[in-house]
Parts: sequence; C-alpha cells; structure tokens
Amino acid sequence: MDVSVSHVTKEFARFPALNDVSLDIHSGELIALLGPSGSGKTTLLRLIAGLDQPTDGQILFGGEDASHKSVQERNIGFVFQHYALFRHMTVAENIGFGLKVRPAAARPPKTEIRRRVGELLEMIQLSGLEKRYPNQLSGGQRQRVALARAMAIEPRVLLLDEPFGALDAKVRKELRKWLRDFHDRTGHTTVFVTHDQEEALELADRVVVMSQGRIEQVGSADDVYDRPSSPFVHRFIGEASEVAVRMEDGEVWIDDRTVGLKADGNGPARLFFRPHDLELLTGCGGCFEGVVVGSRRLAGARRLEVELGGGRHRVEIDVPVDHPAAMKSGLNFRPRHWRVFPVAG
Amino acid sequence: MTSATAFKRWRVKEPSIIPGFGLTLGFSLAYLSLIILIPLAGLVWRASSLSGAELLAILTDARTLAALKVSFGTALIAAAVNAVFGVLICWVLVRYDFPGRRLIDAMVDLPFALPTAVAGISLSALYAPQGWIGAWFAPFGIRIAYTPIGITIALIFIGLPFVVRTVQPVMEEIDRDVEEAAATLGANRFQTVFKVLLPGLAPAILTGFALAFARGVGEYGSVVFIAGNIPYVSEIAPLLIVIRLEEFNYAGATAIATIMLAISFAMLLVINLIQAWSRARYGHD
Amino acid sequence: MTDRMLRKPHLRSPTDETLLTKLVLIGIGGSFLAFFLFLPLIVVFVEAFRNGIGRYWDALVEPDAAAAIRLTLTVAAIAVPLNLVFGVAAAWAIAKFEFRGKAFLITLIDLPFSISPVISGLVYVLLFGSQSLLGPILKRYGIEILFAVPGIVLATVFVTFPFVARELIPLMQDQGTGDEEAALSLGASGWQTFRFVTLPNIKWGLLYGVLLCNARAMGEFGAVSVVSGHIRGLTNTMPLHVEILYNEYNMAAAFAVASLLAALALVTLALKTLLEIRFDAGNAGGRRH
Repeated sequence: MDVSVSHVTKEFARFPALNDVSLDIHSGELIALLGPSGSGKTTLLRLIAGLDQPTDGQILFGGEDASHKSVQERNIGFVFQHYALFRHMTVAENIGFGLKVRPAAARPPKTEIRRRVGELLEMIQLSGLEKRYPNQLSGGQRQRVALARAMAIEPRVLLLDEPFGALDAKVRKELRKWLRDFHDRTGHTTVFVTHDQEEALELADRVVVMSQGRIEQVGSADDVYDRPSSPFVHRFIGEASEVAVRMEDGEVWIDDRTVGLKADGNGPARLFFRPHDLELLTGCGGCFEGVVVGSRRLAGARRLEVELGGGRHRVEIDVPVDHPAAMKSGLNFRPRHWRVFPVAG
Repeated sequence: MTSATAFKRWRVKEPSIIPGFGLTLGFSLAYLSLIILIPLAGLVWRASSLSGAELLAILTDARTLAALKVSFGTALIAAAVNAVFGVLICWVLVRYDFPGRRLIDAMVDLPFALPTAVAGISLSALYAPQGWIGAWFAPFGIRIAYTPIGITIALIFIGLPFVVRTVQPVMEEIDRDVEEAAATLGANRFQTVFKVLLPGLAPAILTGFALAFARGVGEYGSVVFIAGNIPYVSEIAPLLIVIRLEEFNYAGATAIATIMLAISFAMLLVINLIQAWSRARYGHD
Repeated sequence: MTDRMLRKPHLRSPTDETLLTKLVLIGIGGSFLAFFLFLPLIVVFVEAFRNGIGRYWDALVEPDAAAAIRLTLTVAAIAVPLNLVFGVAAAWAIAKFEFRGKAFLITLIDLPFSISPVISGLVYVLLFGSQSLLGPILKRYGIEILFAVPGIVLATVFVTFPFVARELIPLMQDQGTGDEEAALSLGASGWQTFRFVTLPNIKWGLLYGVLLCNARAMGEFGAVSVVSGHIRGLTNTMPLHVEILYNEYNMAAAFAVASLLAALALVTLALKTLLEIRFDAGNAGGRRH
C-alpha cells in the first residue's frame, strides 16, 4: 500500500510540530523516520496512523484521502515504544484482540482466531507462551507480542514508534535483524521512527531525516551518509568536522589561502568532511596545514584536535594509532570527500 | 558472602547507621499493644470464655441473624452502587476538565471528614416521610428512612470515597498508549473502555468495593438515625451490640462483636489477596 | 485554504469521547454527588438556621452545648498529639529500617480502620467495665475510666490511631534513607538529623495526617458513644450532644451543633486540598483511609 503525505502541517497550541511536510512511501518499503527529539518524527507517524489529525494537508492511502477516516477505519498496525500491551490479557488474548473486536459480520469464528494467533506466535517465535501475561515476559518478547498483535489485523501499513527504544543494547541488535527478516518475509509497507542513526541506516530501504518539523533529506543509507544535502544532515549522521571557509574563483579558501579543494560558487560557506575520511600529506602545496593541540584515543584510531590558520579554526581528524604526531607538531592533510554549504546571508 | 547471607537468616534487623530503631520501634510496639492489641485481646479472651453452645445460641438467635443480614445486605448493595458510580465519578474527574472539577474532587472526601452523626441526622432529615426528599416519595407509599433503603443510602454516602480514592490514582496512571493501541486494532471507544480499560482497573475497583463494604458493615453513626432501628427489619449489627451492652448482656455483645471482627479480618485478608494477586499477575495494584 | 479547512471533518481523538457522552457522564456523576453528598451538607446549614441566627447562637452557648464543645476540644487535644508522636515513631522505624515482621506491623497499624467503631468502644468496656478483671480494682482506687473522660480519650485514640502513621509511612519510604545517611556522615546527631533533615521533608504529609486525625477525633461517634455513658454536661462530646438533641426532637439545636462539626469538616477539606495543591497530590501518601 502506497502512503502519501501531502503538505501536512501540524500545530500543537500554535507551536508548529510539522511544517508543510510531503513524503511518498512506496508499497513494500521499509522506511525510517530519523531525527533528534522534537524533530516531528513521532508526530508524523501518529498523523499517518490517524491517532492525531493534521492541522492542514492530506494523508493518502493508495491514492485515497484518509482525512475522513478514523484510526479504526485506517487498518494500520501500530507498535508503541513501550509496547502498550493489555496487561490483564494473556499473550494470546492480546494478539487476538483486534480480531475479536471486529463487528460480528467481519469477525472470524473463534477457531479461526485461535489458528491465526497460533500462526503469529510461531512467526514471532513465542509458541508456548500464549498463556503468559505481559508482565511475565522480557522486554524483547513483549515487543514481539506487540508486533504480532499489530500484524493480526492484517494491516495495510505497519507503523512502529521507536520500536527498540526501551530495550537494552544486545536485545536491540537482535531484534533489529529479526525485524529486517520479518519485513523481507512479509513484505509489509513499514514505517518506523528512531533517533538512532545506526538503526536507521542498517535497517531501512530509505531514511527520512527530519529536523524541527521539516524533512531535511530522503534517501538510501548511502545517500544520506555520503551525500548529505544540508549541514544538519551532515552533522546528525555520522561524524563531522567543519570549518568556516570562503568560495572564490572555483576554489575553497580558508582565510587567505586555498586548500586544494574545488568548489563552484562564491561567498562565505562551511566545509564539512568526515574526520576519518582524509589523507595525510607530507609536503603541502594547497592543503590543510595545522598544529596538533589535543589528542585522545578512540577505539581503532587516534583523534587529534588540530588548529588551522594560526588558531582561528579548530577541527578534529582521525589518524592511525601509531601516527607520530605529538602536541604542537605540524600536520598536513586533505579530506578525500567533502561538502561545502554556502552560509546564507 | 555466604556467611553474610547465613547471618541474615536469623537477624531481626538489617544493619543501618541510622539511629533510633530501638526507641521508635519500642515505643510504637508498646503504644500499639496498649491501645489496640491488649483491648482486642480482651475481647477475644472474653469471647473464648463463652461456651460453644452459648456462642451458637447467640449467633443463631433470630434477632442477631436478622441484624447481621441487614448489615451485610445493605453494605453489599451500597458498595455495589458505589463501585458503579464511584468509577464513573473517577472517570469524570480524571478525564474531563470542566468548571468546578477541583471542587467536586475535594468534596468527594466529605464523608471522610464529616462526622458520622452529622451525616446521620442530615440524611434522616432528608429522607424522613416529611423530609426534603422523603416527602416526594411518601405519596407513593415509598418509605426510605426507617427502612433498609435508608440504611443503604447512608452507607452509599459513607462508602463512596473509598471507591473513588482507590480507583482514581490507578486510573490516572493509565497509559494513553494502551487506549490508542486498542483503537489502532479497530476497537471502538465503547470496546476500548469496557474490554481494555475497565478490566485493567478491576483489582482497584474490587479493592475499593471491599473497603466500602467493610466500612459499611461496621458503620454506626450515620445509620442509626435513618435506620429507625426496628428489630428484624432495620436493626444493624453494630446497634445490636450497643443494645446488648445497655442490657448488660456482655456475652451477647461480645459474641456479635467477635463474629463481626472475624469477618472484618477476612475482608482485610481478601483485600490483601486481591492486591497481591494483581501485583503478581499485572505488575501493579 | 479556507475551502479545505471547511471540508476537513473534525475527527475526534481516539482517546476521547463525544461531547454528548462527556456531558451525560458529567451530568450523572454530578447528580449523584449532588444527591448523596452536597444535599446532606446543605441540609445541615439550612436546618441549623431555620429559626434564625438568634436561636442558633442560643443553641451553641447553652451550658450543655458549651460543655460538649469543650470536651470535644479537650479530647482532640490529647488524642491527636499522642497519635502524632506514635505516627512519627512508627514511620521512622518502618521507613528507615529493614526488619522482620514489618509488613505485619503495618497491617496491625491499619487494623482500627477495619474495625467497627462500636467494637472499638466495646473493647474498652470489656477491659475496664465493672464486670471485667480490672473493674473492681479500678473501683477500689476510685479511678474512673469508663463513662468518664479517660475512656472517651482512649476510644478516640483507638479510632484515630492509624491516621498520621498512614500518611507518613509511604511518604518516608519513598524518600529513602539517603538524606539521613548524608546528614549523619556530616556529623549530625540522630535528633539533629530528624529535626533538620527528615522533618522538613515530611512536614506537609505530617500536617495532612494531623488534619485527618483531628477531623475524625472531633467527629467520632460510635466508639465514644459506647464508652461515654451520655452524662449531659460531663461526658457528652459534640456528636453525642447532637444525638441527644435530635432524639429530643430539638432539631434546630441539633443541627446548630452539627453545623459546627460540618464547618470543621469543610475547613478540613479546604486545608487538605490546599496541601495537595501545595505539594502535589501524589505525595500525599496513600490517600486511602
């Protein structure tokens, strides 16, 4: 099922949580809404679900306007961050709930419900635990029950709000892989919200990077990591070193010297590169020339703090652990990949 | 470590650097014994000095049985009414915002704060055949005061805050998530409330019901004025104790008190069991 | 833009009811409360002032009524501080230490809540009455407990026993022992720790408990009725005086005295609400009585 978000704005007490957001989600896609807290990602998910109503704009399911449809009518599967399992119901009752509350005409017979619950339990690998209460399950098990419960109603779209947010690191990793397999097997259109970039990049077909109620960039993991479209995306995804530069005559300038990087455009700008993605040089004819002013050990590398232009700029770069750079020693380097974003005004 | 745990097994108190344990616990226990335990033990001792036949005779006395029946019957109905309306009032107080909400919330505690005798004379003034409300019913031959209906009304008054104050905090803690989950699964509002929310509140509602019931069975002040105290009809068990005392029939008073006390303890046990069961199964009370 | 706004149906939030449902529920709840709670309260004041303010005043200053008011104040002045000291001591022992039998102790403290007030009075009659073991001894030494002020105080202490402890125990358990340990490590004595660290943390809860304890102490009827002997001007508390007046069909006077007690209840509720606003209702202990 295609889902289309068209010029959606959502205000909470005059505060814009989403500002003219448009997004096309393709059928069968696994898509991540990624952003810091307050970026509007959960708001967007809730609007798609129908848990909240947009202030303006439309949400279309398969080309059909869903504005008039209540959450019950949208037939979506929603998985909550804290599972939201019904704690007075057993695992089986939780999973079967969505079928049991259907109007009599659409409700499957009891035996059919039981069969479906059994199937789903098998799918989430919790067969044998159907008589347990949520309180008697681990966090990872609860999350899988929540997923099975959402799947039981055969939703057109599966929406997950920070599905792994409440789990510890190890379970998180396992469940992430499990969700990917699950999606590949079932082929459901799936949207999940996360603030964990690693999770988004690893899991999603496409990542929607959001900030302050707007979509910053939509693209594959490679797109958003290698070709970030804004300073925000560059800073938010992966690590970024940045420095204030100037573009002139097709070159990037730091203060009054060129650094050997080509750029189209004119005026002040910011240069971004990844601390680990650069080459160290010995001689320097147009490169970054700096003095080491700080050093600390990372897992597989050493991170240096380097002053450029006589102390006017400071950037961080990674060098091999056995690199001889000492405090106050000079260092020449040039990023392999970089982005320049003009500074507005 | 092993020796430490072995020690723990027969240590009364965990070590602590905070002073005053002996003093405060000693005082508490002494005071508790003097005020509560010794007098209660006196009652039990007195009851145990009755022979089995005497006890049986008192308890199977028609008037005693009638009084117990009135007390338990009216308390049960009142607690049931309170369970229904108390939950409704909780819902209104927790979920809706309207002018006067704060005032109503505060007023729910009135029966805790208003002396029972005041409630008693006030209710009987209201429901007596010539009273404010009683006068409306009198023409139809319906008598409220001086009948079990009047007793039930007094017990509804007394018991309401037990249900509201027990259910309210639990209702406040319901996650909106759970309701939204039910809605995404296709449940309409009615199904969400009656299949998801209320069953989740069942332990709290049961506890509130049991508390209101226990209080109702023992209630005296608010009931004696409206009850009319007609033996076999509207005479409650606590009043029968008072009557036996006034007749210097200590054995009679003691026997009825003992059976009521036993039932109170049973109720207390039931309440604790509900809570323990609910904690074990749902992880909350 | 406007066009689209107009077309947009206002869909209800899935966790909300329709306005009609809300109004109906508020209406039912409100009527129930009006009927069972507000009306009885209003009746008290209406009946009290039925014959004018002059007669109202007469009913209050009449010697037996004045004596009843004095006795009620005296009894509360003894019972409340006693239970206050007990409440603090018990809460200190229970909340700050781990020991065996703690849960059982808490159950015992709650016991008076689940005992009929009449039985609370009865136990003292059985203990101190003329038929009891102690009765003849007391009589020989001329000590009057039953049908005298000491008996009334004892019965009142019994029924108001748990109030302060009940508020303080959960409050102090929540606060843990970290603050006290810090104070002690800084060289404070046990008393200083309590006075300067613990007490400021529990003062509102303490006040709350005292408030409820006082309301019940002044208003207790059943237990006091059993032990008092109903001697006018001597062993009648206000609630007992109300009963006597009522049984004499002296309605205006009965309701006049009752209106004082009702006013006390209203003041208690007002202060209680203020306290809850003041330090967040959640901290006000169990809120269950």
